[in-house]
Order: sequence, then structure tokens, then C-alpha cells
Amino acid sequence: MVVDQLSDAEIDRLFHALADATRRDIVAKVMAGEYSVSGLAALYAMSFAAVQKHVAVLERASLVTKQKRGREQIVRVHYEGLQRARRLLDEYEAIWRQRADRIADILAEG
Amino acid sequence: MTVISTQKDTEALSMTIVAEFDASVQRVWQIWEDPRQLERWWGPPTWPATFEKHEFVPGGGANYYMTGPEGDKARGWWRFTAIEPPNRLEFDDGFADENGDPVAEMGTTHGIVTLEAVGGRTRMTVVSNFESAEQLEKMLAMGMEEGMNEAMGQIDAVLVDPAFSR
Repeated sequence: MVVDQLSDAEIDRLFHALADATRRDIVAKVMAGEYSVSGLAALYAMSFAAVQKHVAVLERASLVTKQKRGREQIVRVHYEGLQRARRLLDEYEAIWRQRADRIADILAEG
Repeated sequence: MTVISTQKDTEALSMTIVAEFDASVQRVWQIWEDPRQLERWWGPPTWPATFEKHEFVPGGGANYYMTGPEGDKARGWWRFTAIEPPNRLEFDDGFADENGDPVAEMGTTHGIVTLEAVGGRTRMTVVSNFESAEQLEKMLAMGMEEGMNEAMGQIDAVLVDPAFSR
């Protein structure tokens, strides 16, 4: 199979992580540059604990990494994790490209 | 080029594909409306689709199976949530068991298809929204079995019957 060999549990974590708007926004933010958890918490109208929870979900899905730096926890994007999601969508795109070609062939008949 | 653009939203897990065809909107609508035409393109030549039910009305359902080279069958179901001829249809799409009943744990893809006339051609936009992990993975796994990497040249040989031309 061309599709990445992800276990069901891994895929579950990935999709669950991306199913939430705040978590998607956090991913978008850290793609632009690293943030501390408290820096992220300042951006949202929710508690530090709630933001920390979102980061933990993203971390379990391998979409971000969290590292201690002094008293801060630094959040960075984990590109390999994001690329997994992209690869799944690439596979789906290939299916539809072939369908479109078949439709064009049928329409070309007259 | 048939396909003119695709857009994949990695974060929201959706895919948009835009294709243009040298045919009228009415004609392109038929490839969705007529199950005999639909089954000629939904599955690849090595896994042809057979639609046993195709209730092309809002709230209607479709049942189909795809037959593999070894005679094995993969079944699916659709539920049409909107039908606005000849410009728009929406449907839920999932895997089915041997009776054609939805396999709930396999999840659902929601598809939105729009057709519009553009300079004498028809632009078809298909947006697919994924709901669950298993559903997308299983679909892709099935896609691989269907031989999606097969050479496109083989398709022409299958499309020999001009009976569907209108």
C-alpha cells in the first residue's frame, strides 16, 4: 500500500486533533513560529489549562512538539505529522483525478 | 487537462477538485443521474461499480458494489441530501455491508457537486468533507486494491460501447 502505514490509533489521534477549530488555529500559529504555551494561552479566550489541554492533544497526534525551556514550555510544529495528513489527502485526490478522466472519456463519445 | 485545480485542506480534512468538460451542463448532469453512466466512471476498470439502487431525488438512497479481479465485492451506500438539477447535488457516502446497510463505524464522507457553464464548457466542482479517520483510511485502502495506479490507457479499451452517447 502506498498509504502511510499508520495504525488505527494513530489515525484516530490525528483526525481527532484536527477536528477542533482551536487546535487547527494553534497548528497554524506554530507553523509561523514557535510559541510558549502561555503565549498561546494569551491568544484565546480560554484558560491556560484549556489551551494546555489542546496542545497535549496535538502533541499526542504528533502534530506539535513541546519542549521545556527554563520555566516555559515551547510549542513547535511537527512537520512529519502534518505531512501524514497531507499524504492521505493526496491519495484521495488521485482517485478523483482518475474519475474525472473517465468522465471526460464518456462525454467524448458524443 | 480535465482537472484544472485541486485544493486540499490538511487541517479541516477536506478536498476540492475542479474539472472542466467539453459538454453541456445537462450532459454532465447525466453522468450522475443515470446509474448506467455513473457506474462506468465511479470505480476503476479493474473494479467496476454496479448500482443496484439509484434514487436520484432528495432523501433518496443509492446502493452499489464494486467487483474486483478475483470476484470479490466492495459495497457502498449514498444518501442524497440535495438534488437541484442540473447544477447541484449533495450526498453522504459510506461503506455498506452485504445487505447494503451502512456500516456505521466506517463513517461518512459528505460530497457537494456543483456544475456551471463556463465558456461553452462545464465546470464541475466536487468538495469532499471527511468525518472520521477510519472512513478515509478505509476508502484509500480500497482505492489501492482497486488498482488506482493502473495505466490510463487501459480505460479506453473498456469504453467501447457508444450506447450511452446522447
